Amino acid sequence: MVHVQKRIIEPNHGDWAVEARGLVKNFGDNRAVDGVNLNVRAGTIYGVLGPNGAGKTTTIGMLATLLRPDAGSARIFGHDVVKESQIVRQLIGVTGQYASVDESLSATENLIIFSRLLGLGRAEARQKADELLEEFGLTEAAKRPLKNFSGGMRRRLDLAASLIAQPPLIFLDEPTTGLDPRTRTQMWDTIRRLVKTGSTILLTTQYLDEADQLADRIAVIDHGRVVAEGTVDELKASVGTSSLQLSIQNLQDIDVARQIVERVLNIQSNVLYEAGKIIAPMANADLVTDLLIALRESGIQLSEMSVQKPTLDEVFLTITGQGVKKDAEKASFESKKAEVAKA
Amino acid sequence: MKSTSIKSGFDRELKNHTSFRQTVRNSLTMAYRGLLKIRRTPEQLFDVTLQPIIFTLMFTYIFGGAISGDIVSYLPVIIPGILVQTVITTSVVTGVQLREDMDKGVFDRFKSLPIARIAPLAGALLADTIRYSIATILTITMGYIMGYRPEGGLEHVALAGILVIFCAWSISWIFAFFGVIARTASSVQGISMIVLFPLTFLSNAFVPVNTMPNWLQWFVNINPISHLVTAVRDLANSGTIGWDLVISLIGSAVIVGIFAPITVRAYMRRT
Repeated sequence: MVHVQKRIIEPNHGDWAVEARGLVKNFGDNRAVDGVNLNVRAGTIYGVLGPNGAGKTTTIGMLATLLRPDAGSARIFGHDVVKESQIVRQLIGVTGQYASVDESLSATENLIIFSRLLGLGRAEARQKADELLEEFGLTEAAKRPLKNFSGGMRRRLDLAASLIAQPPLIFLDEPTTGLDPRTRTQMWDTIRRLVKTGSTILLTTQYLDEADQLADRIAVIDHGRVVAEGTVDELKASVGTSSLQLSIQNLQDIDVARQIVERVLNIQSNVLYEAGKIIAPMANADLVTDLLIALRESGIQLSEMSVQKPTLDEVFLTITGQGVKKDAEKASFESKKAEVAKA
Repeated sequence: MKSTSIKSGFDRELKNHTSFRQTVRNSLTMAYRGLLKIRRTPEQLFDVTLQPIIFTLMFTYIFGGAISGDIVSYLPVIIPGILVQTVITTSVVTGVQLREDMDKGVFDRFKSLPIARIAPLAGALLADTIRYSIATILTITMGYIMGYRPEGGLEHVALAGILVIFCAWSISWIFAFFGVIARTASSVQGISMIVLFPLTFLSNAFVPVNTMPNWLQWFVNINPISHLVTAVRDLANSGTIGWDLVISLIGSAVIVGIFAPITVRAYMRRT
């Protein structure tokens, strides 16, 4: 946690960088966002996780003053996004899903124009542009038109443009969608460094592992509503555990192996006879050692062993699936955990 | 990040409005962006470079003999006409480009920046005066090459050029309005041409008014484009300033007076 020196302006707002209450946005008949509540503490990374079309981008649009909410309200560092939009704009940086930079200009020109718009002088703007290009490893490509930029370079430039004014809150809308794994890791590093300087980051993502890697807290959004909210660990616990998959070399042994698995791990397992596979939830990783020893003692040979993490599909099946109450927004993790355990 | 730490969002002193000075500054920066874009994509200038050359050649040689007996005596009639028609047509591009620009991702960033809301609009209109200037200079140069020697002298021709640029800028507010409210860039082009074609052709730009049927003469004589063309002819060909110039200026002011506020209102609602 970053310690924020609060001046007591409005004590109720504490140190919330973002407070959204019942945000609603309709596009025609389509209710894109249907009463979203979010609280983001200053100095943290907050992940908004959801599939395509869940309302992530629309929510960010409203928080970033790009869209006017049809209902509900939102405050950024205590300032209302509708009534004090010009103040809010001085506190935020927005990096869009599709890079919001000028395609027909060079990287330097882009940064200079945004710097000038933010009130920097001619020389300052140029200096700032050079600094940022250097920081984001774009110096060599600085003069080239953006048309020839790769997706990763574009995203980096986009993020650089969001940092000119050193905003205390940065919105990153799917910062790594469509990037290759290496560039994605680079982006993650950049985001982490950013938070160390005291920024608050609200990022949206479709990837569970991205939220896992970066976010302190996560909200899962589906059909325009927050269906689950909590820390990464809470969320993971609610969607179930990783599953252990064992392939048995000798198919005759499979029933014996299953008994051993269920006895040692103390759980129910599934058997795929055709594939010679046993699948068991892995709640306690330490027990796997005991299991392997027990299997060897019984002379059962494994041909393969793997651990499958819960995928995003499973997250959504679990959270948005049948077990969820109608008032999903208020359903606590505890109740969900219980439902998962029952299932 | 090199920048050691970022000032907390709670400690900042911020204002919720933009000053007039900031508005002007932001608009100039946006105009600068427009100029950079022209430099980066010179093919954008095809319409203001080729059109004056081709139209001047074409209309002069097609109509010259029929209307004035020979080419050289048609030039004082047609060059002011072509000048007005070309530059006014160019102002349609303002609306088309504005629409294209507003559909791009970069506009999201402009909307999220603490800048004057009007700046992207004002900047675009400002940058386009460069396009009008290019078209004006090329048309007059083309006329000169073909033998046009305006008797008003260089300073009156320059004045006429500035008048045309100013009127085109005023009229571009109409197309900017279409640009803001239309859904696609091509529809802006379509609507604008429907407005513009009758206005420029049902005027005295190419043909003497007395050759037209009476009912048409009535329209041509009240058409503001006709007044502008006459004002340019007066200035360039005899160095005189008449009522037509006053009417043109009043007409421009009225257009700006009506369309600037509604364009800005529509633009603000869209953004």
